[in-house]
Amino acid sequence: MTEEKKVTRKKIEATEVCKKIMADHFYEMDEAVRTRSKKIAWCTSVGPAELLRGMGFLVYFPENHGAMLGATRMATDLIPYANALGYSPDICSYLTCDIGSYLQKKTPLKMAYNIESVPRPDVLVYNTNQCRDVQDWFAWYSRELNVPLVGVHTHRDIGDIGPTQIKDIAVQIEDLVPQLEQVSGGKFDMDRFKEAVGYSRRTSELWRACLETAAAVPSPWTFFDATIHMGPAVVARGTREGMEYYELLLPELEQRIRDGVAAVEGERHRLYWEGMPIWGKLRPLSEQFYSLKACVVASTYCNSWIFDQLDPAKPFESMAVAYTELFIVRDEPFKEKYIADCLEKFKFDGIVFHDAKTCPNNSNNRYGMPERIAKNLGIPVLTINGDLCDLRCYSEEQAKTNIEAFIEQLEET
Amino acid sequence: MSNDTDEVFVGVDVGASRTKVAILDAAANLIGYDVRKSGTDFAGTADLCMEASLDMAAVSRNKIQYCVSTGYGRKNVAFSRETKTEISCHARGCYHYFPMAMTIIDIGGQDNKVIKLDDQGRRINFKMNRKCAAGTGAFLEEMSARLDIPLEEMDALARQSTEMVELGSYCTVFSGTEVLEKIRQGKKVPDIVKGLFFSVIKRVLEMDSLTDRVAMTGGVVEHNPYLVDMVREITSRDILVPEHPQLTGAVGAALFAREAAAAEMIRDE
Ligand code: SF4
Repeated sequence: MTEEKKVTRKKIEATEVCKKIMADHFYEMDEAVRTRSKKIAWCTSVGPAELLRGMGFLVYFPENHGAMLGATRMATDLIPYANALGYSPDICSYLTCDIGSYLQKKTPLKMAYNIESVPRPDVLVYNTNQCRDVQDWFAWYSRELNVPLVGVHTHRDIGDIGPTQIKDIAVQIEDLVPQLEQVSGGKFDMDRFKEAVGYSRRTSELWRACLETAAAVPSPWTFFDATIHMGPAVVARGTREGMEYYELLLPELEQRIRDGVAAVEGERHRLYWEGMPIWGKLRPLSEQFYSLKACVVASTYCNSWIFDQLDPAKPFESMAVAYTELFIVRDEPFKEKYIADCLEKFKFDGIVFHDAKTCPNNSNNRYGMPERIAKNLGIPVLTINGDLCDLRCYSEEQAKTNIEAFIEQLEET
Repeated sequence: MSNDTDEVFVGVDVGASRTKVAILDAAANLIGYDVRKSGTDFAGTADLCMEASLDMAAVSRNKIQYCVSTGYGRKNVAFSRETKTEISCHARGCYHYFPMAMTIIDIGGQDNKVIKLDDQGRRINFKMNRKCAAGTGAFLEEMSARLDIPLEEMDALARQSTEMVELGSYCTVFSGTEVLEKIRQGKKVPDIVKGLFFSVIKRVLEMDSLTDRVAMTGGVVEHNPYLVDMVREITSRDILVPEHPQLTGAVGAALFAREAAAAEMIRDE
């Protein structure tokens, strides 16, 4: 029987602290903008945040705002305003919904925190390690707000990472320093920078350990939980508060394992989610998997905030390694091996590929990978069509039927 | 032939376009069925279909041992005991007729499916078409309206084609414009209709590779058997088609109902 049921689940206690960290992050920036007490740097999600912290900036992540616009389902109405400016509906919907949000002066920060708008940047800092869209996105704000734009250009689709690439990226990061000093008006402080790298490193180790608790059978949490609890790893990366959050979360997850708490009651199937979350549909998807007794135990997405190569002793070089060795930067053989290693660890029975219409960079189904993985790893795969934020690209009924049929397939075997 | 004392198993397939009911007897023979437009009242249509099928099978409602519903409106069928997706039901129904490893191509009113089964009937893989209606029954319906040709005449028209007109676009709306352009150029209607069939086939064949034997099912196949001839020719493969291709999902659901009833009996003993 595959009927959906009413969902009741044991709450993760740390959630309240998570919410507070997220709120403080925005209040602190809002205050800084109003009192002009600190400079604000906008940074791409896997951009050089530690360097910015080391230079005394408060760091704001527009992708996090994009995710909030998606999760609140405001994005779909705002995207067309950016489309009308010539930003195609086929490009990153974080970009288009965020620009739409700026144009329409509508932000989820208002409802969540009573904050009128996102913090005005003093500098925009990107890393193209994830995609070119981030550069175009920040370039729009640079023109609009007349704010300096600086960035790192990463080599993409690479297999083994060699010294040439690392040296290049490390130099590019270091070259940002004088440009950022001009904006901050202060001198670069190496000790502060190293401290931020150290916090990030520790945060990464803890975050990895949190994610790996899902290797337990039954898993104490799901991918859907992790997309919420990764918030501090994203926005508070390189800070003590960020690190401390995972010192709190990890023991709770470990305790759940000891207590036999299952995120999905009667867990029967374990899945891997490859690709972006569908932010506006996290709840219905999570409930559907729950009702089908399927737990999404691991994902490329949540793993993308593990930077455990960071090393305070070699801050520039280790940042170059950490931000280049990411899944999204790598070639297909690397990615396939990565997923195979995850299979080994998390013991899932199937993989769901999300083909996000507006993010080819995080849609790994497009060059035959699902077919190769199914053949090489001997596990079934499913591709669902959707998007991170643009719900015009998502047919809920079709996705639900596909997922249900996939679980029926797993039950047959 | 069944009589009023026999128990029966029912499958209800509420598709986006048509609702189908299949009634099987204890030996899994198809003894009653009905097909009608789903309309907007899924539950009501399912009920009417059920009544008609029971009449055909000459059994009364209380002989129904178990009912499984499937299809887009599967959760709207009040009298079903269980739901299954149309993917599972098509696979089950098709394997019943052709117990072998195969690739099933189902062309429905609103979506297409390509399902691969191993020789035990277990699903290896399945794919549904993406969001767009291109290549589905809805596409042919839209085009029949554009060309002002009754849907049921398309098959005969396509067979009269001497020089097929190829249509290039993915998109139903763009194809519509392309069709108008071909008419303007003076192309013959049968050639355009064959081109439309070819375009349906292309959309389906690009969904997945064909492995093992190939079977075709679905309402579009039932009403346009020329499509199957075309696929035979294009792929140089023999194509299997069950007796009632449109009923495959409903038959599959009824087979699941039969298995569920048997399992229930064992549990109760
Ligand atoms: S990786 Fe994808 S979702 Fe993220 S910014 Fe780039 S295009 Fe947008």
